[in-house]
Amino acid sequence: MDYSFSPLGDHSIIIEIGQEISEEVQNQVRTISQLLEKKQPRWLLEIIPAFTTIAVFYTPTVASYATVEAELKELLQQPEEVAASETRTVEIPVCYGGEFGPDLEFVAEHNGLTPEEVIDIHTSGSYSVHMIGFAPGFPFIGGMSEKIAAPRRDSPRLRIPERTVGIAGKQTGVYPIETPGGWQLIGRTPIRLFRPDQEVPSLLRAGDKIIFKKITESEYYAWKEEDHAANH
Amino acid sequence: MLQIIKGGLQTTVQDLGRYGYQKFGVITSGAMDPYAHRLANLLVGNDENAATFEVTLVGPTIQFERDMFIALCGGNLSPKIDGHAVDFWRPLAVKGGSTLSFGAPKAGCRCYLAVSGGISVPELMNSRSTYLRAEIGGFQGRSLKAGDRVEVNPTPAKQLASFDKALSKDTDWQVPAPRYSTAPVIRMMKGRHYELFDEESRKSAFTDFFTVSSNSDRMGYRLEGGALALEEPAELISEAVAFGSIQVPADGNPIVLLADRQTTGGYPKIGQIASVDLPLVSQLKPGDRLRFQEVTLQEAQRLWIEQEHRIQQLKISIQLKWEEWE
Repeated sequence: MDYSFSPLGDHSIIIEIGQEISEEVQNQVRTISQLLEKKQPRWLLEIIPAFTTIAVFYTPTVASYATVEAELKELLQQPEEVAASETRTVEIPVCYGGEFGPDLEFVAEHNGLTPEEVIDIHTSGSYSVHMIGFAPGFPFIGGMSEKIAAPRRDSPRLRIPERTVGIAGKQTGVYPIETPGGWQLIGRTPIRLFRPDQEVPSLLRAGDKIIFKKITESEYYAWKEEDHAANH
Repeated sequence: MLQIIKGGLQTTVQDLGRYGYQKFGVITSGAMDPYAHRLANLLVGNDENAATFEVTLVGPTIQFERDMFIALCGGNLSPKIDGHAVDFWRPLAVKGGSTLSFGAPKAGCRCYLAVSGGISVPELMNSRSTYLRAEIGGFQGRSLKAGDRVEVNPTPAKQLASFDKALSKDTDWQVPAPRYSTAPVIRMMKGRHYELFDEESRKSAFTDFFTVSSNSDRMGYRLEGGALALEEPAELISEAVAFGSIQVPADGNPIVLLADRQTTGGYPKIGQIASVDLPLVSQLKPGDRLRFQEVTLQEAQRLWIEQEHRIQQLKISIQLKWEEWE
């Protein structure tokens, strides 16, 4: 594989793995991220993997840009040292519609469907997490059916409660924390995607497969995180 | 213990930031002016990463419940102790019961208050910085308000033994302050997408004056002026951003990303501010102006290394001053 390198300021370097989002590029991003975390070069501060790139933050007093680039080139010769990580499947229970999903009707009408059909399509999709970013634990999810795509709201809501499930264009996502935003809101999950009290604060990670599962309002209120942890 | 009598406009607990969690979408937070934060800590004998208060524009009123050393570094927000103006960029011995307040901002807009021992708040994900948006970290995940009581770690006994001497002795020394300005020239490297901008924009980026808009905060400063445009429209794939990245949304007004920036962004990045100049940017207020001057990556890294050497030297001279007091 051909990688290109360029500086992102005086404390980081971006490794560009591909020009377009593809499964192969995503796998490379994950493999190289794991390799870097395993090798922990002496100058490494942290990494931010994205769709087609990995930003590597380093300490310039330990190594200059030229040194970091040269050492990265050498390191990337041996990606096979990292075993491909297992693909996890994470189930996200969602209570659709009602006060949790005030825009479910809009999404249905926009696509000439009934709300039930929107839920069926949303829960039968095959989704994967491309990257975590934008907000803590926020997954960029690929794989939503275009049949339930819907434009962003003209004027964004000032407060979208945490754990709300929404649709924006051809994307679906879950808000981990309360945020302003223009997404169409279709439901809410009882599980937390952002867990600042835990060592790995994000429930999801790049590469995960996701299943959305419909639950009732009473199941939503009865939900306990432990149940979810026991299932996975 | 520190008794907060008035919270001020936005007083938050910060350290040098939360690193290692950006891959989970967790922003770094941390001091907007890391230089002032570090120096304030060093002046009172702390580790440079110890938690401080970042005071913004309109300062808080704080009562100290016991004797301790403090240092105020960064913007000059007219600090006073029991009504008397005090110097900044130097250690101050403060008696239990006295009160720190602030007046009109005279230079810059952020001042760091370090206390000997450091401010004691729980560590979360390796940092004590306040993550305002997620309402976690720092002091209860929020800015200080009247009635809060904030714990301070004990001042080391050896240091406290020199308290009376420090109080009586004429201590007119200060560490040098950065040249904060309301119209600074800021060194900037070309960004990853610099070449995607049209010729005029590439030129204006390094010649025009930009004004800090009122829509500016710890997350980023929106700049007005320039009207920067791409040569042709481009859909970019979101990728990491950094402290000091300058991205340009469709309206052509650049945004400088600062301490509370998101981890990733999808706008084209025209430039990246040299880390040594970030404190000068973070101290700008709405209405202030700045201009960018090109610097190469090699030069920016050289300047950074030089600054780190200077800080090490300052650290040693501060230690020597402390020994004189003992």
